[in-house]
Amino acid sequence: MKPAPFDYARARSVEHALELLGREGARVLAGGQSLIATLNMRLSHPSLLVDINEVAGLDRIARRNGHIEIGALVRHAQAERSAELGQAAPLVARALPHIGHPAIRNRGTVGGSIAFADPAAELPACLLALQGEVDIAGPAGKRTVKADDFFHGLFETALGACGVLTAIRVPAATSATRVGFAELARRHGDYAMVGLAAAARANGKNLTDVRLAFFGVGATPVRARNAEAALAAGDVEAAVNALGHDLDPPDDVQATGAVKKHLAGVLLRRVARQLNEAPQ
Amino acid sequence: MSAHEITLTVNGEEVREAVDARTTLVDFLRETLGLTGSHVGCEHGVCGACSVRLDGVVVRGCLTLAVQCEGHTVETIEGASDSGALADLQEEFRTRNALQCGYCTPAMLLTAAELLAGSGVPSRAAIREHLSGNYCRCTGYHAIVDAVEAVARARAGATS
Repeated sequence: MKPAPFDYARARSVEHALELLGREGARVLAGGQSLIATLNMRLSHPSLLVDINEVAGLDRIARRNGHIEIGALVRHAQAERSAELGQAAPLVARALPHIGHPAIRNRGTVGGSIAFADPAAELPACLLALQGEVDIAGPAGKRTVKADDFFHGLFETALGACGVLTAIRVPAATSATRVGFAELARRHGDYAMVGLAAAARANGKNLTDVRLAFFGVGATPVRARNAEAALAAGDVEAAVNALGHDLDPPDDVQATGAVKKHLAGVLLRRVARQLNEAPQ
Repeated sequence: MSAHEITLTVNGEEVREAVDARTTLVDFLRETLGLTGSHVGCEHGVCGACSVRLDGVVVRGCLTLAVQCEGHTVETIEGASDSGALADLQEEFRTRNALQCGYCTPAMLLTAAELLAGSGVPSRAAIREHLSGNYCRCTGYHAIVDAVEAVARARAGATS
């Protein structure tokens, strides 16, 4: 189908974008790889698209103060090629090839994936597992929101209607950082039926600070806290069993909740193995 | 819902046109410029038939708005074909019956060319993964993978 009519404006700066977003029904257009699909299917009807693609300075990957910062307009493909990101954010690097297809990753942005907050998307779960944070510019000024507080509900985030996500930040990996990632999708590039992004810290032979963020199992990425505790205690089977309490996935077009719950356990066993491997 | 004046480069030529904000890049190329080699399939980014090059990288023509291309450079299968840069790949597709109806072929060629622009000979798994966003409902993909692999080997042999 073709989109319903809308107005279009090209933002010259973040401030200009915020000014344009003051209009009722205005929405930010970044990579557009989800938004334009929803326009074509007439699932969303913005009155105005505020295109931030030409805003300078939002397309950088930078390491500072023990963190790696990824600008909102960094394309997935650009992030995939970044050696610095691969080293400082290995979980993100593992997740990126699972996003869509090469042509989608050439255009799609890291900031867009976080801001759109599809419950079956990879990057929101990575941000949550890594205890990342999100920089937001809004009418009242700039603020930083932790990943734990960012995802509010189905496609709902702390951004609000008038906010512009300008960057995300995650702690840079150290030699003790362990990460794991796995997802199950019907075809390569499809949204996952179930996925898992995980991070932990190695302490001798044990794991501490285990964070398991499942996606495709609820309205937002979901932490599996009982399973995290079991994994930190070194008991993978107990962690798998704990998912019965941690997750309550609804049925969707891809699978029933019961199937998703079973698959979550399959993924947890795979990811637990990854978490116990030291990085090369 | 005003029209927007845009100036962009398409297949090496400067183009100046008025477009509605809602016109996708692929509809603009086909209907305004008459470049019908880019095809419209699913219109939501899944089938890949609309793929074109924007500033040198392959993107979905249905998930990019024409108005966004102001000041940018677009190359379609017409331009890429005329340049001769795809000639060996096109010949290999023909030889191996890597196309039947041809609907997916222009985008398949551009996407494969992007993979082949990298160094080395990609594995068959890597070829399949790279082409996973381009649907072909005729061939079963096997001959397409054969063709891409053959070109990769030939090019590697030619340069080593």
